[in-house]
Amino acid sequence: MNITAFAGIHVLICTGLNLLMGYAGQLSLGHAGFWGLGAYVSGVLTAKFGWPPVFALFASILGTSLVALIVGFPTLRLRGHYLAMATLGVGIIIHIFFVQTDSLTGGPSGLVNVPSFSIGSFRVDTPLKNHYFIWGLTALGLIGAMNLANSRVGRALKAINTSEVAAETMGIKTFQYKLMIFVLSGAYAAVSGTLYVHYLNFTAPETFGFMNSVLLLTMVAVGGIGNFWGPILGAMILTFLPEYLRAYEGVEVLLYGLILAAVMMFMPRGLAPIFSGIPSYVRNLTGMK
Amino acid sequence: MKNSPKSEPILSIKKVTKRFGGLSAVHDVSFDVPRGAIMAVIGPNGAGKTTLFNLVTGLDSASSGEMFFLNRKMNDFSPHERAVMGLSRTFQIPQIFVNMSVLENVLIGRHKFGRSGLLGGLWSSPRSRKDNREMREYCLNLLERIGLIDKANEEAGNMAYGEIKLLEIARALATEPTLLLLDECAAGLTAKESDHIMKIVRAARKDGMTVLLVEHDMRMVMNLSDDIVVLNFGEKIAEGPPEKIQNDPKVIEVYLGEED
Repeated sequence: MNITAFAGIHVLICTGLNLLMGYAGQLSLGHAGFWGLGAYVSGVLTAKFGWPPVFALFASILGTSLVALIVGFPTLRLRGHYLAMATLGVGIIIHIFFVQTDSLTGGPSGLVNVPSFSIGSFRVDTPLKNHYFIWGLTALGLIGAMNLANSRVGRALKAINTSEVAAETMGIKTFQYKLMIFVLSGAYAAVSGTLYVHYLNFTAPETFGFMNSVLLLTMVAVGGIGNFWGPILGAMILTFLPEYLRAYEGVEVLLYGLILAAVMMFMPRGLAPIFSGIPSYVRNLTGMK
Repeated sequence: MKNSPKSEPILSIKKVTKRFGGLSAVHDVSFDVPRGAIMAVIGPNGAGKTTLFNLVTGLDSASSGEMFFLNRKMNDFSPHERAVMGLSRTFQIPQIFVNMSVLENVLIGRHKFGRSGLLGGLWSSPRSRKDNREMREYCLNLLERIGLIDKANEEAGNMAYGEIKLLEIARALATEPTLLLLDECAAGLTAKESDHIMKIVRAARKDGMTVLLVEHDMRMVMNLSDDIVVLNFGEKIAEGPPEKIQNDPKVIEVYLGEED
């Protein structure tokens, strides 16, 4: 039960990351930072200031989006490796911020006594309720991503990914769109972080460090960058896998690396295309008979 | 029907120079493109034709000189602003969106007419659906006219070269430009394919567009153009109707070559 809830949380943030990486083609190596920002804004407002979680959720979305806007404005002018380095730096800065502001965040030992999510008098306090709540919001995020892919803005993002020059000459404000999607993926991260902190009733800075930014990236890449099903598949696999590898601690990191390398070398479009290809494969087989 | 020389220029290039380091890729070039004309820019490789296109579409900025589009000075406008004003181009090396379907490529051409934004797209708002509906309708119609309707749902990257060239033109036409710039749209095509493109260009002019082309295919240039500008080493060496250009000794020397 526990693990499927985390899978939902991961699917949500990876879907947001995929909008940025897969659709618009912009790399973020600091996404765990935005995730943490979402978690800490909600966590601190509810645990330390007694805000109702619903308000905290909106504050978290607004706050994280605002930080994404401020960070994105200078960094999204950079390309490729430079953008990767800049976002990496931002992620690390956010992480340090969580550790250092211990009067607010509880510092390295973490933020405790975060209440469960509640809407009015309805409390999302059992694992089952959390389950529905998390997957409900994740489903909303997925529907949004799916709608976006087939919209005017979604197509413009895909165009930017292939040829920024051609997109510009077609009348697309490329920088503005990149910034927009960066902020949106920050908002996805904020919701995911909020779900995380209210589910665990606790959070610590280590969850939002550089390694987890890489893990999120790995989830998207393994599943399939730019593919709607990619982050779903990748997040599921890389959430469940470590559970089964508990016995061999330390091996999992090695395995992540191997999986990522193998996927990039042999299946650069990730695992999702294999599954979406099954229907036509079956059709071909039956057609041949 | 040839254009009357009196009509107002739609594009006016005045003493435009583009320097890359010490080299002038375009040097002190001036000419006007009258409304409704089909005009060609020709010249040997490296004459500055593509640089000129980049200056007009805003991908490069001019070192000096002025450019007017529809009587507005446009030197400082960004490429997307110029696209919204009514400039559209194709590329010598095709820049289609390879990871999208043929239809989606053309839909990008309709982008500037849409009104729906990010949030509308997320929840598939009525406006977003209306955008999609109107754009699809227009684009399917356009693909029909241009002869790519059978390929509408194919991935653009998988198409044959001639079809890719055609798709670039279709995408530019979808923006309903006032001025259409075609950068070597017939390069590498068969005679039949370039005939088809000539037909499309003539139809575009009939629909009220003005066309400026950079082209090496002389059959196309001489057949289509009302006027021709000849560049050599970044400088304009001649301008005039095809008959005049074909017999201009300077043009023959640097570009067209002596007749045997």
